[in-house]
Amino acid sequence: MTIKVGSNLERVLESGQFAVTAELGPPKSADPNVVREKARLLAGHADAVNITDNQTAIVRMSSIGAGLIAMQEGLEPVIQMTCRDRNRIAIQSDLLAASALGLRNLLCLTGDHQRFGNHPQSKNVFDLDSIQLVQMVRNMRDEQRFQCGEDMPVAPQFFVGAAENPFGDPFEYRAIRLGKKIAAGAEFFQTQMIYNVEKFARWMEMVRALGLHKKAYILAGVGPIKTAGAARYMRDKVPGMDVPDAIVERMAGAPKGGAKAEGLKVCVDIINAVRQIEGVAGVHIMAIEWEEAVPELVAQAGLAPRPKLAQPAPVGAG
Amino acid sequence: MIIADQKPLAEIRRITSRFQKLLVVGCQECVTVCCVGGAKEVAVLSSALRMAEQIDGNPKEIVEFTSVRQCDPEYVLDLADKIARVDAVLSMACGVGVQTIAEHFPSVHVLPALNTTSFGRNTGPGVWVETCAGCGNCILAETGGICPVARCSKSLLNGPCGGSHKGLCEISDDVPCAWAQIYERMSRLEMLAAMEQIAPPKDWSTALDGGPRRRVREDMQL
Repeated sequence: MTIKVGSNLERVLESGQFAVTAELGPPKSADPNVVREKARLLAGHADAVNITDNQTAIVRMSSIGAGLIAMQEGLEPVIQMTCRDRNRIAIQSDLLAASALGLRNLLCLTGDHQRFGNHPQSKNVFDLDSIQLVQMVRNMRDEQRFQCGEDMPVAPQFFVGAAENPFGDPFEYRAIRLGKKIAAGAEFFQTQMIYNVEKFARWMEMVRALGLHKKAYILAGVGPIKTAGAARYMRDKVPGMDVPDAIVERMAGAPKGGAKAEGLKVCVDIINAVRQIEGVAGVHIMAIEWEEAVPELVAQAGLAPRPKLAQPAPVGAG
Repeated sequence: MIIADQKPLAEIRRITSRFQKLLVVGCQECVTVCCVGGAKEVAVLSSALRMAEQIDGNPKEIVEFTSVRQCDPEYVLDLADKIARVDAVLSMACGVGVQTIAEHFPSVHVLPALNTTSFGRNTGPGVWVETCAGCGNCILAETGGICPVARCSKSLLNGPCGGSHKGLCEISDDVPCAWAQIYERMSRLEMLAAMEQIAPPKDWSTALDGGPRRRVREDMQL
């Protein structure tokens, strides 16, 4: 795969080094300092950091706005864009601005249904789905065309990613759906949080059988669990999550006051396990509201320090 | 058919509170079939209203009637004599029926007793589900006869999102995942290869997004 936009994330992946991305959840307020503080915790410990887009449909500072603040603190953001809240007009407009502001990574998502959030009475959009979003962004970047077909003089520059949930159903369709996203133009993937490594490995087998691991970078999603209760909740209540009983038991068996440490150990074990799977190009650590766990996880998994690559020539006009 | 729910009695009493004489009008079409606005429901709602208003010392005069088809001027115009003797009409038809009366009786108050919800069908005793969104550009040929626009909570066109689990949608265990159903059907029909193709962005201009729809058949116009 050749370098397209030269973001740090793209260059780390292209260099063949095992990549690390993390997540930063913007605040439910207009306070820039929350973003700055979280960014300082993460700086230097990940190759790029996802800035979530109103995750779980709860209103927060926008991904692009918070991403710009995070960038000023030395992070390389991965902007997230969901199809839930914006139609194709608003998405393209926001992406032009994001690129103009120097944001270079984009993760295209369908978005959680607003029923889960703090405005369940809102109207949703879903004008596009995530696959159509990926395709639209690639056409904007590579063909300099808006979705309607009109040309633009300066194209937005994004390293384009998408998500996949190996634990969603129908299981047999999940690798095919990954292939569809690659055909649409996705260049990297971050998966749903993996706790069932065996099932993830089976999914990767299907991915490899289709040759998809050679067409896009796959970052395995992981996340530290804080308590046995949280593990149980994810096992029993969160659709699309697959938390085996063994993980719940391991969390429950942690000594008093040691649940967080055990959660980190479980996560490191999972990072080490997925790292052995052929076709896994990196890990995506989701430690929302526990950002300080990231440096520790990266160090314990032997992934520190992160590579420092020479800055590339700027991409795109303007 | 068109599916509807009856509004809560308290809301019906609130919107009818200004009027002494009411004509409660049902419809023999969809709302009769989905057991919410037929002759039986007209009788039940009328009795409930009479009793409630009587208890509160504000008895109302309520006339009951069920028209053949409330969305059709031919039958709605027949209501003229009855409407002339009341202060307001409480319609137990879908929103189309309510508006047909309103259009043909411009100086009469017409109030909805139902919340019209969807185009759908009966799937079992006491259960009706939405199956068509009326998007104006039918894709059922591509999706195994199951509509993701109406039946996927996110109207996705390229397969299930990550929230599909055990055949269910992430929003509720009462909602089947339309894409799990489509996958199953396409598998039986030996059409799974079609699910590898990318469905392009939908043209929503034929849906309500393009403005209120109007169908014209010039060959039928006088």
